[in-house]
Amino acid sequence: MIGQLIFIIILVAAIYLFSKNVAKIRRNILLGKDTDRSDQPAKRWKIMAKVALGQTKMVKRPVAAIMHFFIYVGFIIINLEVMEIMIDGIFGSHRVFSKPLGSLYGLLIGGFEVLAVLVLTACVVFLIRRNIIHLKRFSGVEMTEWPKSDANYILCIEILLMSAFLTMNAADYKLQALHFGEYIKAGSFPVSSLIAPLLPSSAHALVITERVCWWFHICGILAFLNYLPYSKHFHILLAFPNVYYSNLNLKGKFTNMPSVTNEVKAMLDPSFTPPAPAEGEVSRFGAKDVTDLTWKNLMEAYTCTECGRCTSVCPANITGKLLSPRKIMMDTRDRITEVGKNIDLNGKDHDDGKTLLDTYITREEIWACTTCNACVEACPVNINPLEIITELRRYSVMEDAQAPASLNNMFGNMENNGAPWKYSQADRFNWKEGS
Amino acid sequence: MSELKVPTMAEMLAEGKEPEILFWVGCAGSFDERAQKITRDICKILQHVGMSYAVLGTEESCTGDPAKRAGNEFLFQMQAMTNIEVLNGYNIKKIVTGCPHCFNTIKNEYPGLGGTYEVIHHTQLIQQLIDEGKLKAEGGESFKGKRITYHDPCYLGRGNNVYEAPRKALEILDTELVEMKRCKSNGLCCGAGGAQMFKEAEKGKKEINDERIDEVISINATVVAAACPFCMTILTDGVKHRDKEDEIKVLDIAEITVKANGL
Repeated sequence: MIGQLIFIIILVAAIYLFSKNVAKIRRNILLGKDTDRSDQPAKRWKIMAKVALGQTKMVKRPVAAIMHFFIYVGFIIINLEVMEIMIDGIFGSHRVFSKPLGSLYGLLIGGFEVLAVLVLTACVVFLIRRNIIHLKRFSGVEMTEWPKSDANYILCIEILLMSAFLTMNAADYKLQALHFGEYIKAGSFPVSSLIAPLLPSSAHALVITERVCWWFHICGILAFLNYLPYSKHFHILLAFPNVYYSNLNLKGKFTNMPSVTNEVKAMLDPSFTPPAPAEGEVSRFGAKDVTDLTWKNLMEAYTCTECGRCTSVCPANITGKLLSPRKIMMDTRDRITEVGKNIDLNGKDHDDGKTLLDTYITREEIWACTTCNACVEACPVNINPLEIITELRRYSVMEDAQAPASLNNMFGNMENNGAPWKYSQADRFNWKEGS
Repeated sequence: MSELKVPTMAEMLAEGKEPEILFWVGCAGSFDERAQKITRDICKILQHVGMSYAVLGTEESCTGDPAKRAGNEFLFQMQAMTNIEVLNGYNIKKIVTGCPHCFNTIKNEYPGLGGTYEVIHHTQLIQQLIDEGKLKAEGGESFKGKRITYHDPCYLGRGNNVYEAPRKALEILDTELVEMKRCKSNGLCCGAGGAQMFKEAEKGKKEINDERIDEVISINATVVAAACPFCMTILTDGVKHRDKEDEIKVLDIAEITVKANGL
């Protein structure tokens, strides 16, 4: 009875804390500017099914894809087991599904165990890739202490959880053989039966082992749940809405800024009166800080799991320039988190004197981009670092007048001669004379 | 081949004619010496198949692409709206461009500003002509024994998913087409996009075009087929930089087509 009470208290507290932190992230995301991504719902569901659920963009790197698939499927399917654990915890039952499900239960538990081993293996392989082989993709200026530890923590927690799950089953399996107490015969245990011989043989010690693992497993899961909002691992939740709200246009198409259209129209046609800007809208061209970006840009920042596929295909990064698309996303997330904290501590209008551009992302980084879309293509969850880079460039050029001198020359040529080079418009057709 | 005649829209209008397609030349195609040759080659192809076309000549102006990628949306929209006025004034319906940047900008970014046209890139036109049997690879230079690789321009490939049309033009040659590891949607940028063409590269350990040419060298290709004037310039620089001018030629798909047909 006390056990049930403690369990319910822990469960409620964990869910409450998690919801609170998720609400905070949601609030932070909505600090971004509005953008309409509600069109073509059928196409959006389809792309979500394909890219997020089906992980089609992962297959470009087969080893990582298979390992990640094990963990992904393991995570989703083992949740069925967590459901049973929850019910057992609340009602004080033991393996509540075993009776109603009959022989299917044995099959399920067997499946969970095989998956648990696959998850364990994948996590070990991932740890080796990160810490022993030192895969280049997992290094870079932005991969400082915290991002590196974060990745290792996630993998270690998953290994611990799976080990606890298997040990719990092993103890249960042994107790079933002893026909002890409520440990009724419940299906096959293909993996844990193999580790059972390693456990003590006294029923008392086995019960303690089983109970400790049970509590560790479920408390571990609840703790892990509450770790998500602080971690890159949050991608397991945001990947789905993030892909749903993908940019459905061709990658080459950049947005046309409507505010600029109005001004240009007014310049070309003096009789044109631009519509008044929406109430309370501060009009700034491009982005200086995170709140100038759209909510989708910010959602992407929280979705990024720092895998580095973007950076590893970035031509600027490959050739040693400072730009790293992954850093653009991580900086955006760190900054919006900071802005959110400022609001919590000092109210809505607090200015901490920091901005995304310059405090986090340097001008050198944004000017190194070739807008080639390789990073956008590479992202398994359709994150678009190029959009953020473009917005920062727009601010630099149109608000700050801080483009590199050679680009200002190019702008000047285009304005005066209609070409980016210093050639006369009158000479534009001279090409037909050559041979 | 008979003498090259390049009609302008103004001339066409004066004669009361409307061409089937407008050839949008682009700034590089108009002013860059190497690209000018490719521009004339595209005209040769159009004339060879007897397609009714025209150019804007001195009425053409930059699409605004480099300004837009560099963040100067004002300048871009000024250029765009001025061009759209000219294009709509001539009642243009269909456009072929000699440059993937012009192609992308007019096709994707002009409609939102009042300019909607059917836009194709010259490699797509060449593919169509091949499919229709109007264009072959005979009567000209043989590419036999050459190893050709195709460099995907970002704004044709990833930007607009055009991967097959340019390859089609190469497949009809009697030659070996070899792919680089980074091709199609994984293609590596030449380094010129996003207005990089007009500025010095940021500090790094290597130039992007050298990285690309090293990949060309690694697969022993003797011809790099390009489809973009910026790629053309910067890849040619890369070949020079690696001292491979005698071994590796950078040729536009239009040039290859003209050579293969002896136009």
